[in-house]
Parts: sequence; C-alpha cells; structure tokens
Amino acid sequence: MSTRPDQALDRQATPWLFACAIATALPHVTHQAAWLSAATLLLLGWAVRLWWKNERLPGRWLLILLVVAGCGGILIEFRTLFGRDAGVAMLVVFMAMKLLELKSRRDAMVVVVLGYFLLLTHYLYSQSIPTGIWLLFALWLLTATLVRLHGGASGTAGASLRYAARLCLQAVPFMLVLYVLFPRISGPLWGLPSDAHAGMTGLSDTMSPGSISRLAQSADIAFRARFAGQPPARHKLYWRGPVLESFDGTTWRPHIGQGAAAVLDKLSAPVRYELTLEPHNQRWILALDAPVHLPDGLFLNTALAANQRQPVTERQRFRLAASLDYRFNVVEDARTLQRNLGIPGAANPKARALALGWRQTGGGPQEIIRKAQDLFAAEFTYTLQPPLLGPDGIDEFLFATRRGFCEHYAGAFVFLMRAAGIPARVVTGYQGGEFNPLDEHLVVRQSDAHAWAEVWLDGQGWLRVDPTASVSPARIETGIVDALAFGEPLPALVQLRADWLRNLRYRWEAVNNAWNQHILGYDPQRQRELLSRLGLPETDWRSLATLLGIACSLLVAAMTAWTLHQRPRIDPALRLWQKALRQLARRQVHCAPWETPMALAQRVREQHPALGEPFQNVVDAYLRVRYGDANDNLTPLREAVARLRR
Amino acid sequence: MKIAAQVTPYLKQLLFRWKSDGTGPLRLGQRRIFIVPSRGGLLFALALAVMLLGAINYNLALGHALVFLLAGLGIVGMIHTFRNLFGLIVTPGRCEPVFAGETAFFPLSLDNDRTAPRLALELAADAALPVGAAIEGLGKTRVRVPLPAHRRGWLALPRVRLATRYPLGLFTAWSYLQPEMRCLVYPQPVAAPLPMAGTSHWGGELHGDGGQEDFAGFRDRQPADSPRHVAWKASARNAGEGPLLIKAFAGGAQSKLVFEWQHTAPELSDEIRLGMLTGWILAAEAAGSSYGLRLPHLSLPPGRGSRHCQQCLEALALFPS
Repeated sequence: MSTRPDQALDRQATPWLFACAIATALPHVTHQAAWLSAATLLLLGWAVRLWWKNERLPGRWLLILLVVAGCGGILIEFRTLFGRDAGVAMLVVFMAMKLLELKSRRDAMVVVVLGYFLLLTHYLYSQSIPTGIWLLFALWLLTATLVRLHGGASGTAGASLRYAARLCLQAVPFMLVLYVLFPRISGPLWGLPSDAHAGMTGLSDTMSPGSISRLAQSADIAFRARFAGQPPARHKLYWRGPVLESFDGTTWRPHIGQGAAAVLDKLSAPVRYELTLEPHNQRWILALDAPVHLPDGLFLNTALAANQRQPVTERQRFRLAASLDYRFNVVEDARTLQRNLGIPGAANPKARALALGWRQTGGGPQEIIRKAQDLFAAEFTYTLQPPLLGPDGIDEFLFATRRGFCEHYAGAFVFLMRAAGIPARVVTGYQGGEFNPLDEHLVVRQSDAHAWAEVWLDGQGWLRVDPTASVSPARIETGIVDALAFGEPLPALVQLRADWLRNLRYRWEAVNNAWNQHILGYDPQRQRELLSRLGLPETDWRSLATLLGIACSLLVAAMTAWTLHQRPRIDPALRLWQKALRQLARRQVHCAPWETPMALAQRVREQHPALGEPFQNVVDAYLRVRYGDANDNLTPLREAVARLRR
Repeated sequence: MKIAAQVTPYLKQLLFRWKSDGTGPLRLGQRRIFIVPSRGGLLFALALAVMLLGAINYNLALGHALVFLLAGLGIVGMIHTFRNLFGLIVTPGRCEPVFAGETAFFPLSLDNDRTAPRLALELAADAALPVGAAIEGLGKTRVRVPLPAHRRGWLALPRVRLATRYPLGLFTAWSYLQPEMRCLVYPQPVAAPLPMAGTSHWGGELHGDGGQEDFAGFRDRQPADSPRHVAWKASARNAGEGPLLIKAFAGGAQSKLVFEWQHTAPELSDEIRLGMLTGWILAAEAAGSSYGLRLPHLSLPPGRGSRHCQQCLEALALFPS
C-alpha cells in the first residue's frame, strides 16, 4: 500500500507521537508485570532509534511476528486475552508496536485514538485527583498532537499546544452538560471479568493471628461517616463486620447457615449518619452497632451484621441509623448457644484449666469476665509485631509471649469464656475513626481495624466485651497511634503528630472526600436528586434525552456563533477613514474603489466647496498616519474626522 | 423520470453550486461549506462508543467525564474545522497560457481577514493534483491550482474543491468554488524541419518589413523595441498622450518567413498540422527571425517579439476544428 505524499507523516511530527505513547502508557508501569513494561520500553526505544537514524521501519512480517509474540506473552502471563489486566496489557503493547508502523498520517491518527482509549483504562485502577490531573495533561498533549498532525509543519509546538488548550477548554461546557444530564445507568451491562475488582483491601471473613495486624498497617480509608448531629464518643464507635463463631484451633470463621433474624431492643435514640463505603469486594456493610432502620437492599443477619446481596465493588453510600445502647437476642436459639461454646480438640490445656478454675471458684459469669479482663490488664503488651505462635497458640500467648494485637486478645478471651462455659464469639470490624473538622466526616482507615468479643449472658443477651480495652485503654479512647509504642510499623500517614501536617492531611482528605462524594459519586440517584432540585422531578431517560438534546443544541449554536463571529480587527486608522467616508456618503459623495484619497479630496472640493477644506484636513491626517512618520498618533486624524461631522 | 431529470440539475445547483461564481472576489458563507466526519473521525467516534460502554460497565465516573470531554472536543473540532473555511475570501487571478500536454496553473488569491491563521487548506481541480495552502492571520496567499491541459483551446477551470481537516482531522469540511477562469492552451509543438524560406510572399507594400535601410514611416513602440529606435521628436508631437513611436525601415536582407497551413502535409490530422506550425513559430521566435502566419481563416503579418508570438500561438490554439 503506497502512501500519497500529502498523507505521509512528516518527520517532525513523530516525536509528538512518542510523547503521547509515553504520557498515556507510563502510569500503567505501576501495576503491570515488569517484563511487559520492559518489552514496551524496548519497542519504544527501538522506534525512537529508527526515527533518530532515519532508518526504514520494520517490514510487515516482522510486525506480525511481534504481535504474535506479544499476545503469546500476555496469554502466558494472564492465561487469557480478555480480562481487565490482559486487555490493558494488550492495548499498551499495541500502542508500542504501532510506533514501529508510523508511515502515514492515518497511522498517527490510530496512535492518538489508541492514546485516548488508554486514558480510560487508567480509571480502572484509580480515579483519584492526581490521576485526573495527569490524564488531563495527557489529553491536552494528545489533542495538540492532532493539531500538529493536521496543521502541517507551519505551526510551532507552542501554537499547537495553545490551540489544543483552547479546544479542550471549549469542550468543557459540553462535558459538564453531558455529565449532569446524560441518563446514568448503574452498570455493569454484562458480566465483568473475574479480575475486575482485584486488589481491594479490607477485612477478610476469617481471623487468624496476624490477619488484622497486617491490615492495620495500611493507611487506606475503609469508609467515611457523617453524622447528622454531634458524632458519638469515640469509645462507642464499634463498626460491625463479620461475626466469627467457628474455631479450628488457629482460625476463626463465620458460621454458615441461616438463623432467625436478630431481635433488637433499642435503649437509646437512634443516631443518624451517612456511610460512604470504599469498595472491599465483600458483602458486609460495617454499620455502627447496633444498626436500626436499614435502607432497602440491606438486611441484618442473625449476628446483627448488616449485609447486602452483592459485594461492594465500588464506592457506595448508605443512609443508616444506629442505636448505641441496645440489647439483642435475649432469647437465643439453643443451637447457636451450643455452637458458641465449642472449642476444638484438646489443644491449649493450660487455658482450659485456667478457665475451669475460674468457673469452679463461682461468682457467676460477670465475675469470670472480670477475672479475664484483669488478667489482660496485668502484664500484656499491645503490639503490631507479636511473636509467632505454635499449635497451642492460646496457651503460648497467655502464659509465655504475652504480646499481641487485638485479634490475639479477642481470640484468647473468647476461648477462655467458652472454656468457662459462657457462650462467646469474635466480632471483627473497625473501632473508632478520626474526625476531620474541615468537612465534618469521620474517617475510618484500615489501621482502625479491630476485633472484639461478644458474650451471651442469661437475661442480657449478647454483650460486647473488648479485651483490648483492658490491655490498652488508649486504643479505644484515642486511637491506635497512642496505643502503640513508638517504632511500631504503623503507616506514616496515620502517625502524623505535628499539627500542621495533620491539618494538611485533613485538608487533602476533605478535598478527596468532596471529589468522591460529588464528582465520582454522581450516580443515578444523585442525578435524580439534582434534577428534582432544579425543578425537574420524575425524570425518565426519555425526558432526560430530550433535555440533553436541547441543551447540547443550544450549546453548539452558542459556541458556533461565538467562534464564527469574531470580527476581524480593523486597523484603527482605516476605521476612522471609513467613518469619514460614511460622512461623505451622507452628502451623496461616494468614494469609488479606485479613487485615491487625494483624488477624492479634489472631487469633494469641486462638488462641495464648503466641505473641501475640512475633508482635505482628514486626507492630510490620514496620509500622515498611513505613510508619514506619525504612525501611532491618531489624534489629529480623529479630530479632523470629528470636525467633518459639523 | 422526466421530473427527476428536471429536478436533478436544480438540486445539484442548490447543493453543490455548479453555477459560475464570476470573476470577482468570493467570500465563503455557511451555505457553501459542507462538513462530514472523516475516516479518522469515524474511528474516534467508534472509540468513544466503546469507551462509553466501558465506563458504564465498570461504573467509572471519571471515565464518563473523559468520554464526555472527548465528545465535546469532537463537536468543538467540527466547529473549528468549519471556521477554517468560513469567511475565506477567494479572488481569481489571471492564468498564463500553456502548451497542450503541460499542466495549467490557475492562480487563486486567498485572503484571511481573521486574526487566527487558516492552516492546512487543500485545493484541487483535479482530485489527483491537490495543492496545499496556509494563510497567516490577517494574511494573504496565492495558490496555483494545477490542472492537466490535454487539448488545445480554452481550458475552463472546473469546480475546485477547497477542503480542510484542520485542526483535529475528525471532520472534513469542503466547499466548491467555481470562479470564472480559463486558460489558453496552445497546441502541443511538434518538431519538424522549417519550411523553405521565401516559398511564400507577403503583399508587396510590406515586403521587406523589418529592414534598417529605407525609412518607411512610424509605428507604435513595442516593449521589445530598443530605445535607440524611438522617434523622440515624432513622439513629442503627441504631447505624451499616445505611445512612443518607432521609426520603421523597409528593405534589408533579413530572412522573411511566413508559415502557411498549406506547408504542412494535408494527409496529417489537423492537430498534428497545428502542432507543426506551433513548433515552427517557437523555433523562429527563438532564432529571432521575423515570421508571419497564414491560416485558412486568418492571416497575421510577419513580426517578432513575444507579443507577436503569443498572437500567432493564440490563433493556432483557437483554430476551429
């Protein structure tokens, strides 16, 4: 296929395309397999070298071979060509290969369109503000490349960039209108590939020593909450996640199976709040204990945890209410109680003996609980770096190492209770949170992940007992930073102690939250709310489409009018001269196109002797501005024209 | 059928402006400019559609924003592509005659009275021979639109397609120009030996024109005449009103050539015969000889200089076939 000379790509345009490829593909390096990034970089380097040395591009067969090799590599790496990550990898590799095939302007166009497409793929991984800004710059560069490609070599790089910036800015009103009015569909339209939601952090549905302390080392935000009134005291903020009832000696697991719904007695007025949950790819909602008035789509399970049917794969908002003082399941199913007394095999004999001793001493369950709390309060250390435990983990922990994180305390406490004959279970979730005074949101991070215990007492139902509170009251009262010794591997972001740094972080998180809530969180529901606030209640997609059509047409018309009717700037001297000619025309003297000012002055003197002198002055002044040295001084001409009017 | 046959030219006229635009300057208004997505634009639209599906499927808020921004960019690009032609002033120029088989160039002057430049304009009278143009803000440029001249005679400029894809290449905007321009195409010269000098004679009174011995009167000065031959006194009598006069002499031994239609072999086709005459005239002009032309329907007295040469060639070009 030969290329017409006017369609050929000029040499100076090629570096633009390299820049485009780098700007659009580079951020993928952070989450791509290293060999893919290296291969892409190699291809890019090759293309740059060929361009630099002005050598021939590789032939078709070599390119086909490269494509096959690339696809093969991806197939081996991902075991598929389709999924999310494999698709992105394919696009990146194709982008690099297309750079080896830059012959015509059409090839360049393909690179730019591919670049636009690659921009979208970044949002699969991050939709944060920095990503948005980086991609905005990349979009600008891509558009400038288009301008450069089609404007030919006559425009400078600066001119292309300026023009592209203008085009992008003019496109913004369209984006806003479309963003607000385009009928939103809550996806997915079809099944997502299995890796669509890979790499989300959060609680898991099992607990073993180390699982929560690992999570607590992440500063990622788990969810945010905004209370309708004053937020409750910190030590009351227990956000309930999975409740774990089965124990196999090392790992706690939830009980699988249906049970009767939880029976809840509210003992205080409900606290209303809005929860914005970051995606964690699980079904639980992490509502504040104890959830009341659940919205549609959520349900309470038998262990008082709020769940929904689909995993939370994207940021979701819930309007919830909680009763902070409550009693639940005062009458409990016998099988459930039996289940919550089970301890496996004969492991941990010392702990069993201790609990049995407590039970035989008498004093009832309250006394046993108090004894266990006293034990923890005496000589245990709260740390993120506990020593490894063997098969008799609980014995080792209770009698030898005595160092642990909340999952050790909760697990050991529940074990002791069960051994002492008190039904007990582990509850995981989050505790506390940090109040951001700027946007009045309570931010709960992964580092606030927590595990506590629940015991069932006759006549009182399930009671929360937090053994960590006995070990380290600061953990519950002020947070994990104060509870841990200096030098623990907490994320730096959480540890900020200096006021100004903390303030900076509050500010940044408030901006991020606003971005999440208002920009990213614009969903069908928000769209309905906004439209009804604008006086358009009850909109369906048809009326939205009509509205969108009207708004876009108006915008196109306005933009066209504004773009096309920028009047040319007339030279001011010429404008004054034309004004003088209009004065003449009013007196029936018309200047012919070929008439020079001098000839016209001559004719005016003959036809209108009275006008001869003033017009001669205008002509003199005009000629002086035009051809004389009075280049900038328009005053004499202006005055002469003004005198002509009289 | 009959109605369709009547309506079609009218529609074509309405849509594509087959009518002549005359010889004056012409400003491109919105009714003359057409715009459709280019192939690149279709690719872009396809990519946007797929991106929108992806953004909906994965529920990407910023993905929506990106797709909408790009859609807006497409619309803005369309407006700017349109603007690249809108208001452009096209003024036809004068074109130089060419010989058949050569390429005729029709000069058009493009005026931009806007402060923004208009880049990447493409003009084509013949789709295979596009010519590019770019005009600075408030600038002016001249383009020569090429058109192959196959046959002698008047070559009228057909519809010229003025197209652009600037700035984004997503849309092609074009306009048809039909300025009234024509180019004279001389016959293609055919190399042939000169006929024998003096085989033909011009009328007696002009015999020996161009010599330098006997004064034979005055004639108007031609640009090719040397200033030494100007009759200054005689010219002064006209008080500068008329052209300068040249003293003409008769007699002299210069060769006198008159090319005649009959000199060419009658068994050849008219076009070849005209080509031979053309070749002779060019050869005689190049040699600096004086030559005349006698065709069945008109005669040109012997003379010299580029203007005489042009007259002869024009006569040959417009020879009725």
